[in-house]
Amino acid sequence: MARYVLLGLALLASAAVYLLPNLGAKWEFVLALRATRLAGLVLVGIAIAVATVLFQTVARNRILTPQIMGLDALFIFLQTALVAGLGPIGFAALSSQARFGLEVALLIGAALLLFGTLLGRGAQDVPRMILTGVILGVLFRSLSGFLARVMDPNAFVIVQAEVAASFSRVNAGLLPVAALATLAVVGLALWLAPRLDVLALGRPAAVSLGLAHDRLVLIVLALVAVLVAVATALVGPLSFLGLLVAALARPFAGTDRHLPVLISAMMLAALMLVAGQTLFERALGQQSTLPAVVEFAGGLVFLFLLLRGRIR
Amino acid sequence: MIKVTDLSHRIGPAPILSDVSLSLPAGKITALIGPNGAGKSTLLSLIARLTPLQHGQITVAGLDVARTPSAALAKVMAILPQNASVHSRLRVRDLVAFGRWPHHQGRPGPEDRAMVAAAITRMGLDALADRFLDALSGGQRQRAHLAMAFAQGTEWLLLDEPLAALDMAHARRLMQELAALRDAGKSVVLVLHEVNYAAAWADHVVAMQNGRIVAEGPPAEVFTPAVLEPLYDMPLRVETYAGRPLVLNHL
Ligand SMILES: Nc1ncnc2c1ncn2[C@@H]1O[C@H](COP(=O)(O)OP(=O)(O)OP(=O)(O)O)[C@@H](O)[C@H]1O
Ligand SMILES: [Mg+2]
Repeated sequence: MARYVLLGLALLASAAVYLLPNLGAKWEFVLALRATRLAGLVLVGIAIAVATVLFQTVARNRILTPQIMGLDALFIFLQTALVAGLGPIGFAALSSQARFGLEVALLIGAALLLFGTLLGRGAQDVPRMILTGVILGVLFRSLSGFLARVMDPNAFVIVQAEVAASFSRVNAGLLPVAALATLAVVGLALWLAPRLDVLALGRPAAVSLGLAHDRLVLIVLALVAVLVAVATALVGPLSFLGLLVAALARPFAGTDRHLPVLISAMMLAALMLVAGQTLFERALGQQSTLPAVVEFAGGLVFLFLLLRGRIR
Repeated sequence: MIKVTDLSHRIGPAPILSDVSLSLPAGKITALIGPNGAGKSTLLSLIARLTPLQHGQITVAGLDVARTPSAALAKVMAILPQNASVHSRLRVRDLVAFGRWPHHQGRPGPEDRAMVAAAITRMGLDALADRFLDALSGGQRQRAHLAMAFAQGTEWLLLDEPLAALDMAHARRLMQELAALRDAGKSVVLVLHEVNYAAAWADHVVAMQNGRIVAEGPPAEVFTPAVLEPLYDMPLRVETYAGRPLVLNHL
């Protein structure tokens, strides 16, 4: 328990350090700007942490993440395809919330089709799954690139604005709806935590204990899709953050039970992003290096897990 | 009673089970025997709804396994699959505790904890209860899975080759425990390759070959050279010891 309190205090402290110093004369304006960015960082951390832990339970290993399986690339492809399909005028007619809702719905459908069949009984062959993910990622990225090339220039400008989100340019217009979606999904995930513990035993054991195994797998995949959509829409793709926090959260929680692991992963991810952004933005004066550093550290963890053969 | 009617099962084009109909008596120990690939595990996993039913009907204690909610079935039957394993990294006590899940759905009470402790003791796992599963020997792990099935406390217990990894002391102890459960009114179905365990402990024997039932009855009727020699395609002798058949299959 003390660990969680300490983690929470660290999170609060880094949020305060991010928000408060050097507000200056236009303090209201600056504070609002910072608060928006802070909320974006926290939301993205929570979404990616929960998505990764959930996905690893369904995939039954500790090295696959939704991003490694190309889900964020799929989301960007859907964003691009939506612009191409509706045209600049039709696209502009929809509010950004409506567009996001449409994109999320499409991503849920695509994710269920793709991973529901691929992972239905758990990822049996992990190296093959990683390869599949890499290929899917490349495929979706090239498809997006292809679409962007053939679509008319006005639509292309829209696409660029749509997918340009990054750490320093959080897509603030989406924050309320993204926060709502994340809150609902995370609440559901925490409520499902005891069932997820049973799911993690494997299909035979879960079915014989009376769990509606196959239905729960689809529900979890849908939740993962919503969270990946939130994170990708707010700050763009982040490949390895989830892997990093999931790998840290299990030893931190000292158990594989989902309730403590989910909570630890969320707090660790939020702390990592907020403290990291504070450090780079304030101390080092580098607005945009945090994602690179997080990705680098996460990539190292990925390699380490691979080399140690810990792929289950 | 478990009632199987006109059960057929295919994997791709290959018929695995063909027109199987049988009833397994309640309150008895039933042994399922037959050569490798006969379809014993397939039959058991169909009964336990681990594999979806393709053709035919199965009822367990009057409940149709294709229609009854899985959660309700989990309170009636427990299954130990062949080569049971779990993906999570768990301690023995935590694994066994999952056996109570159908009854409490995540909120264990004192009664659940008592049943878990009893199952651990029953399988002689007290000294190992706080060890991680991946730090156990194959037979110890098998006993942990058996304890989980026991903890489920169901009327029916389906065990696929429960003796496979056990030494002879633990094998006999398990059969004694199963006999005690039977005497307390429970029903047990188990797949056995050690025919003499079946001959000594089972009340009812079902012999399978090529996806069909070839013999069924009390041990004295099934364990005869006339049934066993074609079943396993080998010559063997059957003696009588203490009023039960004793198969000399290893000579
Ligand atoms: N995935 C599969 N694809 C094709 N055939 C399969 C598959 N799984 C099992 N079989 C076949 O089904 C038949 C029955 O298998 P089953 O596991 O039920 O046999 P068993 O009686 O339990 O054998 P054992 O004593 O070796 O455990 C076997 O001939 C097996 O080769
Ligand atoms: Mg078998």
